Amino acid sequence: MLSVLRTVIHRDLLLALRRRADVATVLLFFVIVVSLFPLGIGPEPNLLRAIAPGVIWVAALLSCMLALARLFAADFADGTLEQMLVSATPLGLIVAGKVAAHWLTSGLPLVLIAPVLALQFDLNQSLLGVLALSLLIGTPVLSLIGAIGAALTLGLRGGGVLLALLVLPLYVPVLIIGAGALDAAAAGLSALPHFLLLAALLVLAAAFTPWAIAASLRISAE
Amino acid sequence: MSNRLRVACSTAVRDDTFLKTQIISDRSVNQPTLVIGNINWFRYASPQAFFPLAGAMIPWFAWAAALLCVAGLYVGFFVAPTDQQQGEAYRIIFIHVAAAWMSMFIYLVMAFWAGVGLVFNTRLSGMMATALAPTGALFTFIALWTGALWGKPTWGAWWVWDARLTSELILLFLYFGFMALQAAIDEPRRADRAGAVLALVGVVNIPIIYYSVKWWNTLHQGASVSLTGAPTMAATMLTGMLLMALAAWMYSIAASLHRVRSIILERERSADWLVKYRHTVEP
Repeated sequence: MLSVLRTVIHRDLLLALRRRADVATVLLFFVIVVSLFPLGIGPEPNLLRAIAPGVIWVAALLSCMLALARLFAADFADGTLEQMLVSATPLGLIVAGKVAAHWLTSGLPLVLIAPVLALQFDLNQSLLGVLALSLLIGTPVLSLIGAIGAALTLGLRGGGVLLALLVLPLYVPVLIIGAGALDAAAAGLSALPHFLLLAALLVLAAAFTPWAIAASLRISAE
Repeated sequence: MSNRLRVACSTAVRDDTFLKTQIISDRSVNQPTLVIGNINWFRYASPQAFFPLAGAMIPWFAWAAALLCVAGLYVGFFVAPTDQQQGEAYRIIFIHVAAAWMSMFIYLVMAFWAGVGLVFNTRLSGMMATALAPTGALFTFIALWTGALWGKPTWGAWWVWDARLTSELILLFLYFGFMALQAAIDEPRRADRAGAVLALVGVVNIPIIYYSVKWWNTLHQGASVSLTGAPTMAATMLTGMLLMALAAWMYSIAASLHRVRSIILERERSADWLVKYRHTVEP
């Protein structure tokens, strides 16, 4: 069982490595969106400091969502997905592996680059760790929830915009709690309750979404 | 018989051979049964049995909705006393509260039918979920709009980023997402099942709405009506509110039954039973 999981993750990582541009595009999108806000709002440091958590989190949400479109699309197009559906291994496990690989290539880079972008917003250096940690716990939830939307919209016309409509409302709790962790830390409070809530969301999502994703894939690939 | 019904029936007569094979194969599947007290409760899971039943029920619920609405509005606007703090502006709650309750409850009912459809593979359940979505979205919109009208004189702002308002807005987005997903899928059965998964995932949002008042504890006032404690409002206000809530229930049932009949006509337009049904209603 676990060997299947490892194989799926390895395969998807290898595919991502062969197509590095896909990974880089999402990361560049994140950087550009975050950089646009100071240009639109103005270079006032106090204002930028105040909006930094929200801006970075919203940009992370959008980048994760953009990356979702290619989660199952290639496998669906070349028939690999059908082989996965008929395989003896539980589909939920394969799906979990795919989502894990997807997070490693689209979520983890955001976590690593976000503190650098936060410096552009003159965010207090003591908050950089909080930002990275909140993204580290939060972005896997985004990948897991988003994968349901990606599976449901597989092969539909207008898939990209539809995916945003389905997935973004479901992202709201993660956004509120994730950005809230930074606000709490900036106000001198402990960010621990926010981390615990995010971790609770992650545990719930990790336990239940693979089923929902598997069910959605079976519906879409019928 | 409404015009819409007549048009759909006449198309049914024209292309009755179309899709016939699919219907026959549907019938060959063993129907689940649930017999309690000599009645097979799954009988009405078949669109054929449900269609006339829904048609017979609609006038009752529609009239009940109209009467309750008139009574509720009368109590709300003429009988209930003026509020000490909020003045006359509070009277919008007679519409607002009923709409807000309905908006959340309909999502639960929708998710329930969606779940039943997934588990038992009954066609009617999916149609019911589809039929409920627009009514739910309508009530969510009314709740948001009347909330804004109430917030301006009371809070001094049309919109406040309070957790409860925000959750209601997200609920509206969830309804839109459900309807958009179903609209994007041409094959009705796939649309039903994809929508069902989405509705069940989205139902996680309902407890967040309900408990958000306790969790974030922000500007929105706490619930005035609860099942355990005594209500903190005048009895006539409560009567008016409950009358309006009942009216909203009756309207929702009538509207969704009417819509589900239209969906049945659209999807089953080539079925034999519909052709025969037309001849019995209109000889």
